[in-house]
Amino acid sequence: MSTAFLHDALIYLAAAIVFVPIAKKLGMGSVLGYLIAGIIIGPFFLGFIGQEGKNIMHFAEFGVVMLLFLIGLELEPSNFWRMRNLIMGTGSLQMGVTTFLFFIALLFIGFSWQAALASGLALSMSSTAIVMQTLREKGLAKTESGKSSLAALLFQDIAVIPILALLPLLALYAVNAPSNEHATILSGLPGWAQTLMLLGTVGLVILSGRFVIVPFLRFIARIHLPELFTASALLIVMGTAYIMGLVGLSPALGTFLAGVVLANSEFRHELESDIEPFKGILLGLFFIAVGASINFNMIVNNPLKIIALVCGIIVIKAGVLFLTGKFSRLSFDQNLLFTLGLAQVGEFAFVLFSFIHQLNILSAEWTDMMMGVTAISMTVTPLLLLINERLILPRFGTKETEGKEADEIDERHQVIIAGFGHFGSTIGRFLRANGLNATILDNDSDRVDLLRKMGFKVFYGDATRVDILKSAGADQAKILIAAIDSPDVNYDLVEKTQKLFPHLTIMVRAKSRLDAYELIDSGVKDIYRESLDTSVRLGIDVLIKLGVRKYTATRAGQNFIKYDETAMRKLAEQRHDQSAYILTAREQIELQEQLLTNDREVNPTLNDHAWDSDLFEGKFTDEGSEK
Amino acid sequence: MNKILILFAHPRFEKSKTNRTLLKNIGRLEGVTLNDLYEQYPDFNIDIDREKELLQAHQIIIWHHPLYMYSAPPLLKQWIDLVMEYGWAHGKGGDFLKNKIIFNAITAGGTREVYAAGGYNRFTIGEFLLPFNQTATLCKMVYLPPFAVHGTHLLTKTDLENYAQLYRTLLERLVRGEFDIESMKKFPYLNDWLSKGAGMSKP
Repeated sequence: MSTAFLHDALIYLAAAIVFVPIAKKLGMGSVLGYLIAGIIIGPFFLGFIGQEGKNIMHFAEFGVVMLLFLIGLELEPSNFWRMRNLIMGTGSLQMGVTTFLFFIALLFIGFSWQAALASGLALSMSSTAIVMQTLREKGLAKTESGKSSLAALLFQDIAVIPILALLPLLALYAVNAPSNEHATILSGLPGWAQTLMLLGTVGLVILSGRFVIVPFLRFIARIHLPELFTASALLIVMGTAYIMGLVGLSPALGTFLAGVVLANSEFRHELESDIEPFKGILLGLFFIAVGASINFNMIVNNPLKIIALVCGIIVIKAGVLFLTGKFSRLSFDQNLLFTLGLAQVGEFAFVLFSFIHQLNILSAEWTDMMMGVTAISMTVTPLLLLINERLILPRFGTKETEGKEADEIDERHQVIIAGFGHFGSTIGRFLRANGLNATILDNDSDRVDLLRKMGFKVFYGDATRVDILKSAGADQAKILIAAIDSPDVNYDLVEKTQKLFPHLTIMVRAKSRLDAYELIDSGVKDIYRESLDTSVRLGIDVLIKLGVRKYTATRAGQNFIKYDETAMRKLAEQRHDQSAYILTAREQIELQEQLLTNDREVNPTLNDHAWDSDLFEGKFTDEGSEK
Repeated sequence: MNKILILFAHPRFEKSKTNRTLLKNIGRLEGVTLNDLYEQYPDFNIDIDREKELLQAHQIIIWHHPLYMYSAPPLLKQWIDLVMEYGWAHGKGGDFLKNKIIFNAITAGGTREVYAAGGYNRFTIGEFLLPFNQTATLCKMVYLPPFAVHGTHLLTKTDLENYAQLYRTLLERLVRGEFDIESMKKFPYLNDWLSKGAGMSKP
């Protein structure tokens, strides 16, 4: 048992480590890398794992379970409330129309109406895992298309609950009697009772989240054993999954609910940072499992049918999504991103299809086929996005560069600003106010359009792409300002620039101290921490409001910044003396402690005797005799 | 060999033709360190430790600045207040600058003639520079007459070049030690000491 587990783990990890970096290097994103890894190690190619595909899906199920818990956790009710119109509008439109079209189409193929409706609902789901991961990786989560995508996905995620409750009702009218293949508590009950039972369980999860889990976590937190808290977090996820499994509900859905309930609690961030390390690995695991579960035999046996299904489904989904995007007034670029991003069938479809099969609404053969189609459509998504980014958008959307290059040839820009969000835009405005026009790189097409209208020279695209950097003039410019919001993307950009354009002076925005440390390690000299100057300025104003003279407070602020910059460089070196890297929230606290101790020892304003006439008291009288 | 530290204070150096000419390539002279204060401390937050180290590494100090409202630009005053501290530069234990040579190198819009008792500005340059003179004395330093470029608006390019050459000669002689303090002190300006050839007598 344990060697089998090790064997599996070894293969999954090795596959990920081999294929993901390759995919990243080729600019395909990690999701595609995992999927390809899964396909390669899967039964069809190397056959390292899961001869029957069943235990792979078993593995995958747990990846989804963890993922949904985190998605649930991030779904803070207040955020949710702010997005309600977008969610209801975009979500209901997308799901309603897609389901209806699939329903009609499947009826034509000869499905019973129950099967057509159930399958239509399942197929209207998109993959939260793929879309969110991809958007985050590309730094597009905050664009209009990112918001719309999240809204549609949230609606779908929530819609799963009523759909799961509704499916047994469909089974009531199904031609075949339900089989007792899985002995769950549910399956013995009549349809209406199953529906009631489902709703009851959902209610139970919500109530126990509020009244059992939160007090339990408070108790654990008081013990002050970090690993115990991590264990509790895992226990909550697994426990919920188990209970849901027991009553025959999707464990993924259960943990999603648990996540939503806990998003409101004070432990949200703690839980998030505890499960965060698992998240990446489990997500990868999930994608690998999806890749491995693609039944290539089925494709080889009836290739036309499968290809037609995949294409048909993607075309219908994309069509509806495009219209939905139009309704939410997305610009062409943003809409295309939204459309192609969500055009796949998502992981919830796995859950729904297996449930549908359990209820005997759909035949085993079709269920298999639908699951295969789902997996293929997920694999195709990163490819579609890649094609969109490289081929479609440059031609039909916002151009990477402006056409009127010819008459701008003399205008050689010395400064390139990568990322024109709230940080970069202030820099750009300041430089422009001083007659210095910078070249701007940004990947939000709406912003790019606006800036071009305002007369900025803007290049549209992923700033870490070498060809875009080149066309933005990185080989002639003097300074590159890396002001991208995501520290990871920013770091990536810095590394690439150092390698490919060594003549450029790189000036970097750092979100936190830890980012700054990493930048120091990679040899960057000009590092600007977002949290330094503004915080100190506020601190200065606090002193002033409490009665300190303005110039004294200002000098104290100046000295503090100077001291902190020096201390940062010193601590960055010391960091390597410690054996472990500082990663988690907990270690951030340790860092803070270290800083505060240092501050106490070297008070930067303590030795400031400038203009301090107290010092002279009595001293000139000593000298009086001399003079 | 003497080492010279030029404490240069000009808030708008890029606009000053005179000072740009005077200081052109000056930093490259052997033994001369140019400390461009407005470039170093744009926020007036002077690094006192750095300045003290610089002072200790040099024997001859020059306050090089334009004359604004009969005095130096504010950053130089800030520098004097902060760096020439009690207990270090003067007062009890304040012997770190003792016997170092210091003088002003100034540029002024007015001609030399208007800086006189009967003239438009009523006082001489030496009189306007008295606070510097006494500060130096308080710090037990040797204060020399100023080097001055007068009537900067009226100077032709050749005039400017000549002044720059004169300043350069002054610096070179100071570095080489070809001067005699007592004879220098007899002149109102170091310019005069240089041009009258009085400096030829070696110490």
